[in-house]
Amino acid sequence: MTLEGPVVSLRGAVSMANGFPLLSGVDLELAPSSLTVLVGANGAGKTSLLQLMAGLIGLTSGEGNVLGFDLARDERRLLRRHVGWLGHEGSFYDDLTVSENLTFAAKALDRPLDDLSNVLARVELDGRRDTIAKALSAGQRRRLGLAWLLLRRPQLWLLDEPYASLDDQGRTFFDALLGEVIERGATVVVSAHDPLRSAHLAPVTVTMAGGQVVTA
Amino acid sequence: MIRIALLVAVKDLRIEARSRVLLWQVVPFGVMALLLCGLALGPTQVGHSSAAPGLFYLVVVLVALLMINRSHALETSPGTRASVATLGLDPAGVFLGKALALCVELWLSALVLLAGCVVVLHTDLHGTLVATPSILVTLAAIAAAGTLYGALTSGGNAAATLLPVLSLPAFAPLLIAGERSFNSALHGGALLEWWVISVVALAVYLGMGILLYGVLEES
Repeated sequence: MTLEGPVVSLRGAVSMANGFPLLSGVDLELAPSSLTVLVGANGAGKTSLLQLMAGLIGLTSGEGNVLGFDLARDERRLLRRHVGWLGHEGSFYDDLTVSENLTFAAKALDRPLDDLSNVLARVELDGRRDTIAKALSAGQRRRLGLAWLLLRRPQLWLLDEPYASLDDQGRTFFDALLGEVIERGATVVVSAHDPLRSAHLAPVTVTMAGGQVVTA
Repeated sequence: MIRIALLVAVKDLRIEARSRVLLWQVVPFGVMALLLCGLALGPTQVGHSSAAPGLFYLVVVLVALLMINRSHALETSPGTRASVATLGLDPAGVFLGKALALCVELWLSALVLLAGCVVVLHTDLHGTLVATPSILVTLAAIAAAGTLYGALTSGGNAAATLLPVLSLPAFAPLLIAGERSFNSALHGGALLEWWVISVVALAVYLGMGILLYGVLEES
């Protein structure tokens, strides 16, 4: 799928859950092959905005188009297959090994299993292939999440606070990998409490508060 | 659909085999419940009572409820749920896979519990063996219904307590049919008629699950 316009286009996007507004009128456009950092305090709506872009929550009112899928027409299920999600809680089954988790994802998407070794080597987890996910450190779990995404090769990467509990080495590794995937044409959106430190990635910083975009 | 079903079933069974919750927690709980049933009947009634099939199914339901909750808990941690949702798995395949894994787990538990019935409740071994095919079909229907109701209640604030309230009315006809066919196998009577009810229920719940699981997941 090749897009000519913006990867994400939201106008007055409102999303409600149990009568509570998660997003209250978001206007946002994201260009292809860009890196966007969503910043804001807890409860500002960063995760909800990522979830909306992932098709994980519905659009209650307003207009929304992500990767050509119309959120207002509820094409969420179709959209999901084209986005990659990495949550700060982990992205996999804790009782499966690194290799089993990735095999599950690859088979679910009909991807060749040959890619597994390359992906594991890229995230430096090749020595942890048979380690159960719950036995991994926080940094290694994040790398496994990245491996899951590398295997999937989504067009839109949505990363919810990926830098949480990462040391400087982990952050550097993460930034390098994000640089690679953006270069290859993917669009990346990251939520974080603070603006990104790595200036060389030239991120667009979007500040959120009260379920709205305050500055973009 | 079948490919996804097998993928999900193998994944669920692998997780269960590794965590050993079934082996060390659920099955021992079932055996203890069966033992308590034997104690409640008392030594004069055990072996003479026709209550054994009913007690077996009562214990099976308790075990099934634990397993259903566990089966859905695997998917409901926030990160896993979101990541797996973005894999875009066919919901009908996921339903069949989860139901298949639950069915295998119930079958394995039932084999232990049936042995427990013979030892603790002194049910006739030959009659128990005759009843086994109908028990397997009834358990498959319970697995299909349980997977459907598990999806209905999972993710809610009170999933563990809501599941029995909602699912027991659905299990009731299965339990009656299962108990009657087990009793018929032990003491003589119409076995096939009750077995047919379980087969029809299995087909109905599988059909409902294939059609509705996606809707339940989204809600």
